[in-house]
Amino acid sequence: MKGVKFRNHRVVGDIIELAQRYCAEGADELVFYDITASPDGRSVDRAWVDRVAAIIDIPFCVAGGIRSVADAEDVLNKGADKISINSPALETPQLINQLARRFGSQCVVLGVDSRQQNGGYHVYQYTGDPDKTAAADRHTVDWIVEAQDRGVGEIVLNCMNQDGVRQGYDNQQLRLMRDNSHVPLIASGGAGVMSDFVETFKVANVDGALAASVFHSAEINIADLKRYLIDNSVDIRPAG
Amino acid sequence: MSSGSIAIIDSGGANIASLLYAFKRLHTDATLTTDAGLIKAADRVILPGVGAARDAMRRLRDSRLIDVIRELTQPVLGICLGMHLLADASEEEDVECLGIIPGTARKLPGDTSCPVPNMGWCPVSQTADHELLSDIGAGAYFYFLHSYALPVSECTIAQAHHAEPFSAVVGHRNFVAAQFHPERSAAAGSKLLQNFVGIHS
Repeated sequence: MKGVKFRNHRVVGDIIELAQRYCAEGADELVFYDITASPDGRSVDRAWVDRVAAIIDIPFCVAGGIRSVADAEDVLNKGADKISINSPALETPQLINQLARRFGSQCVVLGVDSRQQNGGYHVYQYTGDPDKTAAADRHTVDWIVEAQDRGVGEIVLNCMNQDGVRQGYDNQQLRLMRDNSHVPLIASGGAGVMSDFVETFKVANVDGALAASVFHSAEINIADLKRYLIDNSVDIRPAG
Repeated sequence: MSSGSIAIIDSGGANIASLLYAFKRLHTDATLTTDAGLIKAADRVILPGVGAARDAMRRLRDSRLIDVIRELTQPVLGICLGMHLLADASEEEDVECLGIIPGTARKLPGDTSCPVPNMGWCPVSQTADHELLSDIGAGAYFYFLHSYALPVSECTIAQAHHAEPFSAVVGHRNFVAAQFHPERSAAAGSKLLQNFVGIHS
């Protein structure tokens, strides 16, 4: 169980309150996204990173607009455990090498937005803004293999065909990427009900599952979900 | 809890903040430093580490801390890379380390069914009695984030499993070390840090 994806447009008080709630419920990791950072050419507003680091005692990752070693250093120094890069890595793949060399692969997460098209899987970028979202002219398998060669330590695969529709994770795609990943692979996009989580662990053999809306809306309580996963023989840390 | 001083050795890596915050949550003062005097005088010393072994050893050497650390007699806790730094050596870029805890950090074996780095929560089983692990339940989960680990040895006091078993916690004289990150391991990690602060020296 990976935890929770935070979207932007939340005031800091909300972020802190939600982070505390998810920690108490037993989330294993939190991922904070500022999905509008890259399309707008700006970076994450990082004042809240310190505050999150001070109150939570589980790992967290910051994603959005990290375009340089200096950006990453700032976020990590404020107490984040990992940084996740997506569009900037597509623009400048060398950035992955630089980040891995400076901070170690274990700090560097690659976010990939992938969509099935003409029978293959293709990478998209600037997905935070519908007007700017564009195909990145790369096959997803090629990109994740290259990114691992360059030093990413984890891959979060957001399956765009499934995102927001809550019909389950795209386990066929995830399985393909699993077979091409020797680093941890995290499923993202599509969680609707608790059995979706069990299925992605069993069918796609992912290392974690990420979800946002079902947790934010409290439709699924993380502690309940973890009990359900354990009852279904998924090997995870029990809640509380 | 002891009100003594805790020195966290600044080995230059990022992400020391989470360790400082963890002690703040325990209402215990901890100071990040490279000052040999402060480190020697502290009641407890922590050697953290994120990044690569070679860089970290170079920074300890530049700060003239190699012998200072070797000669410490108070309880010392190494965390993650700090555990490898306390050992004889690391396979990561073939680096000679401090040589305090016997053993060499080896690259974790892995493939697509057992990914490396090992990133996530793993159950830890205690294999020897130690104050550091008091009141931490059998099989408690801790958060790991690493590609290298010390093999199981006579210094192992708790182990975890990836493709094969490895040392999750080791103890040797006044030195203890954890492969996982107690500062990010929820209640179990917080208990371990509390135990470290209260350890009999």
